Amino acid sequence: MVRLEKRPQPSRAFSWATPILAVIATMIFGGLLFAALGKDPVASIQTIFWEPLFGDFAFYYRPQLLIKGAPLVLIAIGLSLGFKAGIWNIGAEGQYIMGAIFGAAAGLAFYPTQSVFIFPLMVVAGAFGGWIWAMIPAVLKVRFGTNEILVSLMLVYVAEQFLASMSLGLLKNPEGFGFPGSRNLQQYASAHNGELIAGSGMHWGVAAALIAVIFAYVLLTRHRLGFAIRVTGQAPKAARFSGVNPTRLVLFCMGVSGLLAGLAGLFEVAGPAGQITIDFNVGYGFTAIIVAFLGRLHPIGILLAGGLLALTYIGGDIAQSQLGLPAAAIQVFQGMLLFFLLAFDLFTQFRLRFGQAEVI
Amino acid sequence: MDLSVINPVLFVAGFLVAATPLIFAALGELVVERSGVLNLGVEGMMIIGAICGFATAVETGSPILGFFAAAVGGAVLSLLFAFLTQITLANQVASGLALTLFGLGFSALLGQRYVGVKPPRLAEVNFGPLHDIPVLGPVLFSHDIILYLGLVLVAAVWAGLKFTRAGLVLRAVGENHDAAHALGYKVVRIRTLAIMFGGACAGLGGAYISLIRVPQWTEGMTAGVGWIALALVVFASWKPWRLLLGAYLFGGITQLQLNLQGAGVAIPVEYLAMSPYVITILVLVVLSADKNAAPASLGRTFHASS
Repeated sequence: MVRLEKRPQPSRAFSWATPILAVIATMIFGGLLFAALGKDPVASIQTIFWEPLFGDFAFYYRPQLLIKGAPLVLIAIGLSLGFKAGIWNIGAEGQYIMGAIFGAAAGLAFYPTQSVFIFPLMVVAGAFGGWIWAMIPAVLKVRFGTNEILVSLMLVYVAEQFLASMSLGLLKNPEGFGFPGSRNLQQYASAHNGELIAGSGMHWGVAAALIAVIFAYVLLTRHRLGFAIRVTGQAPKAARFSGVNPTRLVLFCMGVSGLLAGLAGLFEVAGPAGQITIDFNVGYGFTAIIVAFLGRLHPIGILLAGGLLALTYIGGDIAQSQLGLPAAAIQVFQGMLLFFLLAFDLFTQFRLRFGQAEVI
Repeated sequence: MDLSVINPVLFVAGFLVAATPLIFAALGELVVERSGVLNLGVEGMMIIGAICGFATAVETGSPILGFFAAAVGGAVLSLLFAFLTQITLANQVASGLALTLFGLGFSALLGQRYVGVKPPRLAEVNFGPLHDIPVLGPVLFSHDIILYLGLVLVAAVWAGLKFTRAGLVLRAVGENHDAAHALGYKVVRIRTLAIMFGGACAGLGGAYISLIRVPQWTEGMTAGVGWIALALVVFASWKPWRLLLGAYLFGGITQLQLNLQGAGVAIPVEYLAMSPYVITILVLVVLSADKNAAPASLGRTFHASS
């Protein structure tokens, strides 16, 4: 007879071991999945996890790791603050899109003027775009008690339609021969978020992600607000008595996560993506949810988890071109990771007891 | 703009069809939430149902078998959620999201070979002379069996929750799982069954989109219907008949914006396509005042030790 017994204290060891166990389990089951698709499981896993880091073309893939990881980490850091406090912003994808649109629009408004002030202005506009989009569910929640999960998610679909409208209409490149999509910001020096060190993949988004990690770490461990976030998540009533203002906490957590998602969108559109197009967003906002949980909602953990998920993106691309692995297989792989993580998390809070239950 | 191209009879018949996936998905979720579980994986279960149903219908040539497979597919996927939340006691919000992310990816994987394929058509139910009644005939008596099944299911869930012992037990578990446990009811088992029912319904709803409403397979084709279904349960204050009303309202809006796109209204297509989502938000705002209608144990994890 196996029984679950609640631990008096969550296990620290398991708290660290869970993500590692989940990654291993995902590799095993992912391998089985790839085998079912008729691919060599060992070669597939090796291609995804080894090739980008140490393969023959690693010099090309390593910078990609920063480029793909930065938006994931940036968004996940914001989400983790809310998730810790039980505030569920699921619509980061929409905030990411709005950040990109606002930022790109601010830059394109000055085209073709060259000035050092344009890029900082775009950063502010991008952050504002994401922030305002997150403020909609936040204000509705504190004012009317609306469910922020549903509202923020609905706004993703609204943002996607808005993106389509912008790339076909207002922001369309007037010299683009009628093709949808804005001017390419990579060819507009003042607005281009280029590499800070050539060939490293390091752009302003990567710097922002690292700053966000440090900021979140200090906030959570050293600041009263971080304490308020943690207490609210663990015991909302106790938080109330200790003087935490839930309204302000919702506005803060949603605001910061929207702002960071907006920044991620801006750095992407001004840098690696280059332009506003209909299919600009590739799901970073949703993958960041996995990153946040895999990183145990801890800033350093998120940094590592962001790197890992970026690896699966790049490795997935390689596996797609070299082994013919379908693109969707990687999405399944990422979904599996979250499943295993949630399942193994049981052992952080509970322990297994074997043998007959005693009568109390 | 030429509004006269919108034929009112076809419009009403069309919105009954547009509402049906919502009815199935939301009804399933309603039962799940009445048992005290919040499953945010509706979108994932719907899309898995959509591809399972589509693939089976194409391979066997029988749409009915397709719907059957969709229900099974949705229920099997929901078992994953049941395992996570009921056995390993994981957070329900996170588990539901995981289900949706996984479902979207897995369906895209399963559906690769079916892009661009045309599914077999499901015949209309033969109502004989009723079909020839002007206006009422095409509106009410010219649909497939699944649409009517949806309506029957609404009545069945309403009656089941209100008048049967099983319904009473389900509601008891949803209102206070500790008390239900103390009375000797198997909370985990009851909730697992409810989750599977929700999964099967979501699967049916998904298959209705891929086999009848659209009908073809494209990646991510449910496009947020599962999330609207979740909102609809709140809108309906967890009551089946109000849910039917809400589904028709949303079906009507969806159909109207499609018709307006066809009629060439001066509003850009993208803004019309936003409207169902925007209206969902507005409805949520208006109805969020009525919080007391929610089952008291909704979203709380149950473990016999605590």
